[in-house]
Amino acid sequence: MKVHSRSDLETLRADGLSTLYPSRLKISVGMATCGLATGAAAVYDALRDEAAARGLDLMLIATGCLGYCQQEPLVDVRMPGRDRVLYARMTADRARELIADLARGELPAEGALAVIPEEKEPPAGLEPAGGLPLLNELPFYARQRKIILRNCGLIDPTRVEEYVARGGYQALAHVLLDLTPQETIDEVLGSGLRGRGGAGFPTGRKWQICHDAPGQPKYVICNGDEGDPGAYMDRTVLESDPYSVIEGLTIAGYAIGARQGYIYVRDEYPLAVERVTQAVARAEELGLLGDSIFDSGFDFSITIVRGAGAFVCGEETALISSIEGGLGEPRPRPPFPATSGLWGKPTVINNVKTLATVPVIISEGADWYAAIGTENNAGTVVFSLVGKVANTGLVEVPLGLTLRDMIEGIGGGGLNGKAVKAVQTGGPSGGCLPARLFDLPISYETLTQAGSIMGSGGMVVMDEDTCMVDVARYFLGFTMAESCGKCTPCREGTRYMHEILTRIVEGKGTPEDLDLLEEVARWVKTASLCGLGQTAPNPVLSTLRYFRDEYEAHVVEKRCPAGVCRALIRLVIQPDLCTGCGLCKRECPAGAISGEKKKPHVIDPELCTRCRMCYDVCPVGAIEIVK
Amino acid sequence: MPLIAQPPPPAGGALLAKLHAINAEHGYLPEEELRHAADELNVPLSQLYSAATFYAAFSFKPRGRHTIHVCLGTACYIRGGEKLLEKLETTLGVKPGETTDDRAFTLETVHCLGSCSMSPVIRVNGDTYGRLKADRLPRILKKYRGQET
Repeated sequence: MKVHSRSDLETLRADGLSTLYPSRLKISVGMATCGLATGAAAVYDALRDEAAARGLDLMLIATGCLGYCQQEPLVDVRMPGRDRVLYARMTADRARELIADLARGELPAEGALAVIPEEKEPPAGLEPAGGLPLLNELPFYARQRKIILRNCGLIDPTRVEEYVARGGYQALAHVLLDLTPQETIDEVLGSGLRGRGGAGFPTGRKWQICHDAPGQPKYVICNGDEGDPGAYMDRTVLESDPYSVIEGLTIAGYAIGARQGYIYVRDEYPLAVERVTQAVARAEELGLLGDSIFDSGFDFSITIVRGAGAFVCGEETALISSIEGGLGEPRPRPPFPATSGLWGKPTVINNVKTLATVPVIISEGADWYAAIGTENNAGTVVFSLVGKVANTGLVEVPLGLTLRDMIEGIGGGGLNGKAVKAVQTGGPSGGCLPARLFDLPISYETLTQAGSIMGSGGMVVMDEDTCMVDVARYFLGFTMAESCGKCTPCREGTRYMHEILTRIVEGKGTPEDLDLLEEVARWVKTASLCGLGQTAPNPVLSTLRYFRDEYEAHVVEKRCPAGVCRALIRLVIQPDLCTGCGLCKRECPAGAISGEKKKPHVIDPELCTRCRMCYDVCPVGAIEIVK
Repeated sequence: MPLIAQPPPPAGGALLAKLHAINAEHGYLPEEELRHAADELNVPLSQLYSAATFYAAFSFKPRGRHTIHVCLGTACYIRGGEKLLEKLETTLGVKPGETTDDRAFTLETVHCLGSCSMSPVIRVNGDTYGRLKADRLPRILKKYRGQET
């Protein structure tokens, strides 16, 4: 079929509702990359095979990511007339038992995490028999508000019908049939939406500049080159809800007067590329892309470009030149892409999350959106809460929550109960903030003032076992490798800073090195051509600002307080604790451990590379890190 | 009229798509194929060479039958990704970028696979393994070796 009108959308919607809320047993398995990384495919196969063996009538769906990655693989069981129960940390064995229980009409209690409330026809009473909490009452979800991630993990991402059944494409129909491009821009302007890629430029203003700029044709680009290590929000949206991005990009195209859009996806995200390619093909088939969408006279098509592994391509001008001719090197701004972008034509380039937000703003209205969050920081942002934190996952919250709300409330505090020391936001462009600043409300401005940035949403938690000097060196190693080499301050400056930091972690640094480091950092920040170089010193400057004592311990006392830097630690086996199990001997990559079975082992300091593998595997905690 | 006619630029993204296609077919970029692609896209060979060397995804050297990517993104780094790398280096006897003598495995590092909540992770071919400890690596390697017999 082709969609020509709102009534055609109704047909899709009815179809979608029939699979979203079927009258028979339905099981959805979270099979985005995070689920797959922890065995969701084996769970899916076990469910399918066991159900077939038992002749159980079952609708089995691969859905996307619900965000609570710590609990993956997640399995959502919807039995008509019963509570919809979410099971956590599923294994293939337990999946087979689950099917056996379901075949008997029972919902097992083992592994049940929560009850998922349904928007449509909420089951009467919603009082879970087993005393299970509702999903939105779990500490991980209680403060979240899902706008960008509204469909993630709840729909089959390959079925546009389910996207439509949850309100999708109403916004596109509305702008094409009822609004002028200017009215569309006004709506986005009025919402206060700021670019979710990190810089926070008002989206409506960007669209207005491009709309008003002379020159034809115009282009819109979705930046899905999510390169920040520690961040995976865009991957999740592209994998779990690709149509939200396609609809947002189409609306952006209409608003600025473009007929061609591009979605640039990182090479490291093969599933995202697959999902979005499939979704574009389906949208074309239905006439939701192509000529005269909704018979409005507006034509729009989308080309998918797969990146090839270059961090700098997340920078908008580099991304544009990567689409043009293959090589992703940035160029000076101004002119900004909104006036001179792809092939020198006016181009809007927006982040995945920004575009996924747009349809909701159009459907619910600018005022509705502007009321969420705080003044000048409207709406929600998605963070990937990862690192040394108890609950890892994707978290969408209104702007204005504090870092403490995030890390201690939603994240449940440090991993294994250890004290959280710092949080790193904004990837290699951001900084490390110490625990004493955790009462800061999260906004573009507060984080920048504190010496970090909001960035695209990576939030990496660090505990007492993380060395902040080593972290700074890690980031400089990253930016040094990813610097494209076009401008000297970035190419040489990142290398030089990395050299100094290496000296310090090797115990060869001097107190003067700290001043030198700071001086070089300021040069690179001031003189680099693009965002990569301008922000590369941030991890150095922020750790120098908040964790100077750790630097000083390295250069003065030649000591690494966290026990990480290899040149400054020794590993010894405490003979009174060692049981001689031989595990460390087997796992030591350097072959540095010797000893007879059931007798205390010893580490040869000459051979030991201080990788700490023995420390990790020792079942009795007999390995001591001498700092 | 210009003295030297400029060929029209290839369509947006076409150059990268071509390199990906060659890389997917051969596992690397053979010279002959690149020459062919330059003619086809009507761009100088140097432009393809420049793109091929700029991006991490491409290689001029033949690769192993299985490629292992060890993630060294921030979350993986602070949760022990380097240890996985060291264990693989000693087990396979190769450094990142190298291929084992039997051509079974190529070892690579990657700056982030976007599976940060499952850190540390590695990816073998298209399969991602999360919440990984070094002692699980031998079983994973065995699985891919096993696929070949």
